Amino acid sequence: MGTFKNILSAIFFLVSVSVASAQDVGGLVDSLATGSFSDRGNAVASLVASGSPVVVPILQALSDGNLYVRKADSKVFIATESGEVFKLVDPATGADAGTAQKAEIDKIKVNNSLRETISNAMSGLTLFSKDGKTRKDAALAVLKSGDATALPALEKAIAAESDPSILAIMKTAAAAATLKSDKPDDAKLAAIDVLSKYTDRDTASLLTAYAATVEGALKDQALAASAKIEASLNSWAVVQNVWYGLSLASVLLLAAIGLAITFGVMGIINMAHGEMVMLGAYTTYVTQLLFKAYLPGLADYALIAAIPMAFLVSGAMGIVIERSVIRFLYGRPLETLLATWGVSLILQQAVRSIFGPTNKDVTTPSWMSGSIDLSGGLSLTLNRIAILLFAAAVFAGLMILMRKSPIGLQMRAVTQNRPMANAMGIRSSRIDALTFGLGSGIAGLAGVALSQIDNVSPNLGQGYIIDSFLVVVFGGVGNLWGTLAGAVTLGIANKFLEPFAGAVLGKIIILVAVILFIQKRPRGLFALKGRWVEA
Amino acid sequence: MTAETLLYLESVSVSFDGFKALNNLNLAVGSGEMRAVIGPNGAGKTTMMDVITGKTRPDEGRVAFRNYALTSMDEAAIANIGIGRKFQKPSVFENHTVWDNLELAMKANRSAVASLLWKLSEEQRERIASTLKRINLEEAAMRRAGGLSHGQKQWLEIGMLLMQQPELLLVDEPVAGMTDAETEKTAMLLRDIAQHAAVVVVEHDMDFIRALGVRVTVLHEGSVLAEGSLDTVQNNQRVIDVYLGR
Amino acid sequence: MISQHIMARFGKAGTVFLFALLIVGLAVPSLNLFTSPDSALHVPDYILALLGKYLCYALLALSVDLVWGFCGILSLGHGAFFALGGYAMGMYMMRQIGARGVYGNADLPDFMVFLNWKTLPWYWHGFEFFPFALLMIVLAPGILAFVFGWLAFRSRVTGVYLSIITQAMTFALLLAFFRNDMGFGGNNGLTDFKDILGYSVQSPNTRAVLFMLSALALGLCFIIARLITHSKFGKIIISIRDAESRTRFLGYRVENYKLVVFVTSAIMAGIAGALYVPQVGIINPSEFSPANSIEVVIWTALGGRGTLWGAALGAIVVNGAKSWFTGVLPDAWLFMLGALFIFVTLFMPKGIAGLFAGWTTPAKEKKNADVLAEAAE
Repeated sequence: MGTFKNILSAIFFLVSVSVASAQDVGGLVDSLATGSFSDRGNAVASLVASGSPVVVPILQALSDGNLYVRKADSKVFIATESGEVFKLVDPATGADAGTAQKAEIDKIKVNNSLRETISNAMSGLTLFSKDGKTRKDAALAVLKSGDATALPALEKAIAAESDPSILAIMKTAAAAATLKSDKPDDAKLAAIDVLSKYTDRDTASLLTAYAATVEGALKDQALAASAKIEASLNSWAVVQNVWYGLSLASVLLLAAIGLAITFGVMGIINMAHGEMVMLGAYTTYVTQLLFKAYLPGLADYALIAAIPMAFLVSGAMGIVIERSVIRFLYGRPLETLLATWGVSLILQQAVRSIFGPTNKDVTTPSWMSGSIDLSGGLSLTLNRIAILLFAAAVFAGLMILMRKSPIGLQMRAVTQNRPMANAMGIRSSRIDALTFGLGSGIAGLAGVALSQIDNVSPNLGQGYIIDSFLVVVFGGVGNLWGTLAGAVTLGIANKFLEPFAGAVLGKIIILVAVILFIQKRPRGLFALKGRWVEA
Repeated sequence: MTAETLLYLESVSVSFDGFKALNNLNLAVGSGEMRAVIGPNGAGKTTMMDVITGKTRPDEGRVAFRNYALTSMDEAAIANIGIGRKFQKPSVFENHTVWDNLELAMKANRSAVASLLWKLSEEQRERIASTLKRINLEEAAMRRAGGLSHGQKQWLEIGMLLMQQPELLLVDEPVAGMTDAETEKTAMLLRDIAQHAAVVVVEHDMDFIRALGVRVTVLHEGSVLAEGSLDTVQNNQRVIDVYLGR
Repeated sequence: MISQHIMARFGKAGTVFLFALLIVGLAVPSLNLFTSPDSALHVPDYILALLGKYLCYALLALSVDLVWGFCGILSLGHGAFFALGGYAMGMYMMRQIGARGVYGNADLPDFMVFLNWKTLPWYWHGFEFFPFALLMIVLAPGILAFVFGWLAFRSRVTGVYLSIITQAMTFALLLAFFRNDMGFGGNNGLTDFKDILGYSVQSPNTRAVLFMLSALALGLCFIIARLITHSKFGKIIISIRDAESRTRFLGYRVENYKLVVFVTSAIMAGIAGALYVPQVGIINPSEFSPANSIEVVIWTALGGRGTLWGAALGAIVVNGAKSWFTGVLPDAWLFMLGALFIFVTLFMPKGIAGLFAGWTTPAKEKKNADVLAEAAE
């Protein structure tokens, strides 16, 4: 409704600059007050045919019952009740026309068929709106209904349109309208051709429905076009699943990549990994609160500030856990698993005690809201794109850190041959703490991303821990590329299964498949081979 | 060649990530023969043992023991047809008593059901007792194996092999870290075993091998470099190059 | 004489455990039924129900100890076997409700009528017969454990990998049982039971009998587990726990041994679940939650793994503490439980049983020592 008001004001603006056409309209408007309902229908049609933008508010007023005729001179006005009297507005110019008593004017009556004529006509007329989105919506409405009466207006609109993307939709809409019009067959064949290029489920069903009403070449063409659209829709569906899959994969990657460090590289089973993610999400929440309180102008950038904060909070917590618990349990993976599970219970309960058990609201900054629409009904939401890029950046950053930096070199040295690393002067216990802190810090980064798409609650991490382990194990322990491949494979497989298996069953199938896979290849997708991997 | 061939490796190759641990290895061990295998680190000695006992599958080649193709059998099956193995590090069951270690190693039906219904016969009891005596561990019989000294663990493991009554025994560096007296005792035990079984010994200690006085195979980079008596191979120019060269 | 024989079989601690169980199993129901509510010795109904629940948990912990303490298989999915046993019993009791449900449908349980189902799914058939239900209590967990174990052990999945996939297994089942169209009551599970073998599940007598059966099952399973673990088979699974590949080189087919232990243990867990459900009156998918299964492991660890009786004791101690804490300081419980996980793994690796170490001496070894003395002559 709000948009409609905008359209109206835009049109009033138009009116003031095109008084000439407004005067022609004035005569036509007055004819609305005379004759039978069918005469009024014709008058509406003439108004629409004028193509003048001022027609829209007039028709709207007529439809709403706000159009009145002054008994004294049979002139038509848009009237609004204002206390005792009615305020009159000249419909053609939008100028104030004084007031009138209720007895002085008569409401112009409409019936249902007239109302329908008006509404069809209106959709044609909004094609001339100043607002691109309104024009596009109007064209899409015609495309969906295939209303032949809109054709003349459409053709005018096409002639006036400058935005190529809207123009394309208008032409397609015109083609749809052509099918139902009384135009010659070759025009219709051309229209089918135009429609066949528009990949959309409604267009396909419109064509199929049309094919049922005609015979011969038109029928064949319409069916062929419909089939072509279906085929292209199916390939779009694949693209869409890949996109959803990649989107899920980026989330899995973020959740799992920290684990790939702590579990994959160090061999530590950290059951509190999910809680590191959860802490990252809560850090995001707190950062946002602080920004709202102290830097309201920059609130949109709280999320950016939360990235290093979350890394530090989760990383520091990781170091604390490593120094206080895990270091006493090296070489005893099952005990580590149990102790870190205990840590996870404590962290969850601590967060629950501090922040309460309910979900916390983390708002999406404006620069991450909205979406990019592609044809085929595919819409890429900006927050998902941001998370995908973020995951890729974190992965690349980690890769560079592990491969190129001195600290990464030391980390690899310690995990591969601890005594030798010690002999070379590396303080392995310090490296252990740092490596674990790094893995935990990355989990915190995952929390920043997840705060945008999941509920920030004390249980946030629980939902990801099993998935993360599966990704790491599936990809091959000790191999970051494997983790990437694992995340992408599981993410995409999940989304391809969902359409026909449902979300829950799809997940179960994935779980069972990974269990079977691990039994087939216990060392994962990218297994290291050789003597040193022997248990 | 003595007697019939018991163990036969033909063109066996194994590689780990491109590194060829075994490269077209050929080896034949006769029934009842004792053989020493030497070679520098990374020559493929342990990998060879792994291939024979089923721990590692060869990429290529054939491994035969009597009429069995070992490449298609797993560790348990290979052990059950009479191949025993002694590891480099003493590996006994530390939480069991010395007695139980021997009892578990004793040749018997290995199935789960048989183990559930297992009852030690008087004769078997005596066999364990006599083995304990042979390996000088009678006093320690009821002690946890984990509490034994390094040398005692080695002997216990040899005792376990005696109980297993294998036809072929693979022994990996049995005297590493032993005192001279212990080494001597170990050589005696091995010769004892060799009276009933073929034995393949991997060892670095040349004195020990000389004490055994058996045919020697030299491995280098995954294949056989030389074979013969210790004196012959020690005078072989290629062997000298490998050990002393570079 | 008899007690000496028992002592020799089950060890000092085991014998004490069995006698304690016998006393509890008889005394608690008697004190509930035959004393007046004002008596100081009276055991109120809710205590009876609570202790009965603990006994089932103790059996579950014992089953975990059998695989973990002796064979080194850290199962984080034993809750699944427990729940399957529970569902099998629940399905029997569901069928016993008959036309007494809210919708009065003689064939279909209420939730199926609610879902507008017309016929009973095939896998619900047979559960109206108690013997069939008993069979399923054993088979459902047993077959799952067999299939899972057969795949896992044969491909030599060990250590933490195995733990993670057992956790994934119970997680997958959790998701599956949450689904309404699985036909197990979805989110709400199975509840509103009326009677079992014609006796009302609410009646004090039935509850007393269920309590005694729980104690009996715990005792019998303890005896079976104790016999298994002290046979040659038991020594072999300990060998597998300590040095799997060495055991293989001795010619033992490790996967078969593991499978036998795993399936036996799963069946015990299933029996525990089957006894649990009529006493608490409900079974729902949350029993499958991975957190539950991990908690069982800490009961076992606290009590002392590898002792069987310790695991049972641990279950009772932890659950007793849980009941007390959730009553007095509900928020503190998870802190306590978390701290318990850390404390036990860091400072009490042998658990409560470790405090009694040295108190128990292996009895059978004496006989071997005698033979040795003879041989030495």
